[in-house]
Amino acid sequence: MQSDIGYKKPAFNPFKVSSWTSGQSEAVSGYLFILPWVIGFLIFVVGPMLGLVYLSFHRWDLIGDPRFVGWRNYERLFTDKLFRKSLEVTILYGLGRVPLGVIVALATAILLNQKIKFVGFWRVVYYMPVVLPPVAVSLVWAWIYNPRYGIINGFIQSVFGVQGPSWLNDPVLVLPSLMVMAVWVAAGRNMIIYLAGLQGISQDLYSAADIDGAGPWAKFWRITLPLLTPVIFFNVVTGMIDTFKLFTQAYVMTQGGPQNQSLFFTYYLWRTAFQDFRMGYASAMAMVVFVIIIALTLLVFRSSKAWVFYEAEVKGGD
Amino acid sequence: MASATAQPRKINYRLRQTLAHTAIYLVLIIGAILVFIPFAWTVSTSLKTESQTLASPPEWIPNPVQWKNYPDALTARPFGRYYANTFIITILSVIGQVVSSALVAYGFARFRFPGRNLLFILVLSTLMIPFHMLIIPRFILFKYLGWLDTFLPLIVPNFFGGAFSIFLLRQYFQTVPLELDEAAKIDGASAFQRFWRIMMPLARPALGAVAVFEFMSTWQDFLGPLIYLSSDRNYTVSVGLAAFRNDYFTAWHLFMAASAVAMLVPLVVFFVAQKYFISGVALTGSGGGKG
Repeated sequence: MQSDIGYKKPAFNPFKVSSWTSGQSEAVSGYLFILPWVIGFLIFVVGPMLGLVYLSFHRWDLIGDPRFVGWRNYERLFTDKLFRKSLEVTILYGLGRVPLGVIVALATAILLNQKIKFVGFWRVVYYMPVVLPPVAVSLVWAWIYNPRYGIINGFIQSVFGVQGPSWLNDPVLVLPSLMVMAVWVAAGRNMIIYLAGLQGISQDLYSAADIDGAGPWAKFWRITLPLLTPVIFFNVVTGMIDTFKLFTQAYVMTQGGPQNQSLFFTYYLWRTAFQDFRMGYASAMAMVVFVIIIALTLLVFRSSKAWVFYEAEVKGGD
Repeated sequence: MASATAQPRKINYRLRQTLAHTAIYLVLIIGAILVFIPFAWTVSTSLKTESQTLASPPEWIPNPVQWKNYPDALTARPFGRYYANTFIITILSVIGQVVSSALVAYGFARFRFPGRNLLFILVLSTLMIPFHMLIIPRFILFKYLGWLDTFLPLIVPNFFGGAFSIFLLRQYFQTVPLELDEAAKIDGASAFQRFWRIMMPLARPALGAVAVFEFMSTWQDFLGPLIYLSSDRNYTVSVGLAAFRNDYFTAWHLFMAASAVAMLVPLVVFFVAQKYFISGVALTGSGGGKG
């Protein structure tokens, strides 16, 4: 038995304190095991959060000591057109990107769930872009979107005989172009999550619906979609947070342009802090957006009661 | 339902099934082509001469095939050094992330202590924190520690567990029967021995998933190395690639060669370890990544 599980009986255990009750020693062991996380949380999360609050009330270019300026950084944010622009651009992008991503990934997952052959093959193919480094992907897509030598405009030229738009240099098209690229990158990941969700739906429900004479469309709206709402909900929350992290595309592909139409928030934050060295002002920006993101997340969580369907709740009610 | 109508109905149903399946395969193939086009375009461009990249309309087949773009691109900047740096950072990050997250997850999965549920909720809630908002104070923290322009800011935080990895491992640990722990406990194994000798070997699939997710997120990270690393010899592949682009604005044949190589490493890891990816995503309903 002992060799089966593969450990040796210790002759003497210096950590065993016999006077403790088993409950106490269990608690001590538990705390010891989670200690790394607690320390990390204090140093890398709580500390920086306090630092962020402190810096947001100061003016500092990394040289000398931070100077206290009260609420001035926050007051200035209200009149900062670029700050407002960065929020607009980020939110606009998220409003397009998140639903687009849900639809593409869900549609692909539903197709793969139809007793298709080689599911493993399709999954691998669609997942491939997920693992790529964003800088390389951004370079590749900048080249794809190249107005003169890229393949998209080459395709438009050869099929329609007209010169295509300059995608990334067009203030209207830059965000949709980046959304399409983002869907190419991330659809595979969300597809796998939906596929797992679909496979978790009991076949009995569909059999029962068949007996009732429900068509495929009714089955989708009445069974599949409601049961997938928890996964969709998760997708919406993470998609929203990811939108506020967007940086590499702006840095590599557009530098925030044209006309600041791709000035994503994190890019503007980075520029303010690490190009202009306005640490205090950038911290105030981060504080405001921090609060906005938390508020948005809570809002989505609140709204979830109205549209997210948890099977267990119904089971309890029956 | 009369028996006379049953037969044609069945045939009709079969026909519709076949048609539907054909349509599904068609859509899947088109989707796969759309996934492949950017890869094909990258490889195609990476083998062209500079003058052929400027052909309009663009040509797909490189003529002549210029293999020397690869050595040219990889020596235009010290990419060998960048790859070595990225490997060092990635491997140490993976080790730190796996071991520390497993310890923490074991604590949450196997011990009862006051405040456990509250602390676990705290762990999960950090998944929702937009960490990019903390780059400024973290930068200043590492500046005071004297860690700027070293790999430490990119590696050390991984030794304190990651919320996503802790969550994934705890889920897995809870599926391992308690009897194994109990039996070892009766035989006098300490908590740490039970963790290291019993749980860790059993949890290989979940540890593999954590390792590959951490590998990818470190390999993909750009903002972190961009901020913390300032001298050229410390750059990672991503930072080097971005700097390369700024050196030569229009050498697309070289950019695509360098990008193709940068994409190759994670793709190889993905193909080798794909079962871990798929099971990891399915296990937690998330694609990993700490941002």
